[in-house]
Amino acid sequence: MATSRRDFLKVAAIGGGAATVLGFDLAPAYAQLRELKIARATETRSTCPYCSVSCGVIIYTLGDKAKNVTPQVIHVEGDPDHPINRGTLCPKGASLEQDILNPRRLLKPQVRRPGGTDWEDIPWDTALTEIAQRVKKSRDETFVEKDAMGRTVNRCEGIAFTGGCTDTNEFNFLVVKAMRSLGVCYLENQARV
Amino acid sequence: MSQATLGIRAISGHAGSVPGAGVERGLEVCKLIDTTTCIGCKACEVACLEWNGLTFSETTFDNSYQTMPETSWNYWNLIKFNEHEREDGSMALLMRKDQCMHCEEPGCLAACPADGAIVQYVNGIVDFQQDHCIGCGYCITGCPFNIPKFSPTARKVFKCTLCNDRVTQGLEPACIKSCPTGCLHFGSKTDMKDLADKRAAQLREHSGFANAGVYDPPGVGGTHVIYVLHDSTNPEAYGGLPKNPTIPLTVQLWKTPLKWLGNLAIIGGLIGVFAHYLRFGPKIVEEDENGKQGARQ
Repeated sequence: MATSRRDFLKVAAIGGGAATVLGFDLAPAYAQLRELKIARATETRSTCPYCSVSCGVIIYTLGDKAKNVTPQVIHVEGDPDHPINRGTLCPKGASLEQDILNPRRLLKPQVRRPGGTDWEDIPWDTALTEIAQRVKKSRDETFVEKDAMGRTVNRCEGIAFTGGCTDTNEFNFLVVKAMRSLGVCYLENQARV
Repeated sequence: MSQATLGIRAISGHAGSVPGAGVERGLEVCKLIDTTTCIGCKACEVACLEWNGLTFSETTFDNSYQTMPETSWNYWNLIKFNEHEREDGSMALLMRKDQCMHCEEPGCLAACPADGAIVQYVNGIVDFQQDHCIGCGYCITGCPFNIPKFSPTARKVFKCTLCNDRVTQGLEPACIKSCPTGCLHFGSKTDMKDLADKRAAQLREHSGFANAGVYDPPGVGGTHVIYVLHDSTNPEAYGGLPKNPTIPLTVQLWKTPLKWLGNLAIIGGLIGVFAHYLRFGPKIVEEDENGKQGARQ
């Protein structure tokens, strides 16, 4: 049987089509890797604010500090050069990014009134005024000028102050000045920085 | 997305050659998980979520410290807490970091029919390429460790990538970096094997764990995530770690003999059709009642 040119082309086309369908794909196979998301980010060293261990962290910020860029934190992880944690973090510290990027983060003062079931938003001015009023009231009510033996003590037993781990020396200086001037004795913070 | 900088050793559902297979020298990486020094703090879980930007998922409280019953498509790293009664009646809380084991002979890759949806790099990492994934879920059948998980939202399958974006850039995976007790280690497979053997020997000789050993199952050709266990004779006690994991028989049958039988049948059929054409020529339709000749087929 003679095969015409036309028949040959037909068979070749069908064969080629079949080869493509059956998976003889000559296109090179590349795998796609995600790029390192912190490759060009700005690195800032900081201290974890949660507990008094004060682990070192690196905060990775979007942008290269150019004038027109608004920096945004994109990732936080342990600082390998920090002598305390050498790059490691606990689960709370590992979630530090959410200290900043979290829709549930509190951005304004809230108050839950006595007997109330919900938190209500209040302006900063109201919050500060109310705190000042309460501090004044508690101090007036609980201030002890002389103890049982008649010695002058000038202390305020109704107020306590607790500070956090990231409080700086300067902040703690001001805290001590302010609180001691009120007569507060229960004064503590967990700063070890 | 960037093109791979990692050589590829194996590609799922791929007919042609594999770039990188046997032509590239590469360091095989490995995670070592020392279950005897894990305190179950879950820092690795959080670090994984943070690095990979995984979405929020509901946790389950089931009278255990465990975050949820098993890993999920957006929760790739899970500490499994297991209450285990020792032979003398005392209790032990066994904690095991559960994630993709990055098998040397991955069952998921063997089962996957989509070209390039699962790749194995020269350094041993098994990675899913979601843009090639067809969402059939065969990898879930192929995995002896119950790791790949289907996302109903994306209709694709996801799992731990061993942070290949970090590893290619010379960094350790996020979970390894975070571990505060140092029970997680990362390095070359050889180094991790040595470290694991030393630790197991230490446990046997000095800590009274006579059966302490290393979990690097040969049934899947070894894994790129290895464990040091207090009792390597009973890995099931660590939240269902299979004693001798293998690629399921169905997947093995289907992907080797049945696949080639099928291919033979297809190619044989095509050859038969072609031979028939050469021997008998094109089919001529006989004249119908009206005397017209049928069109040549």
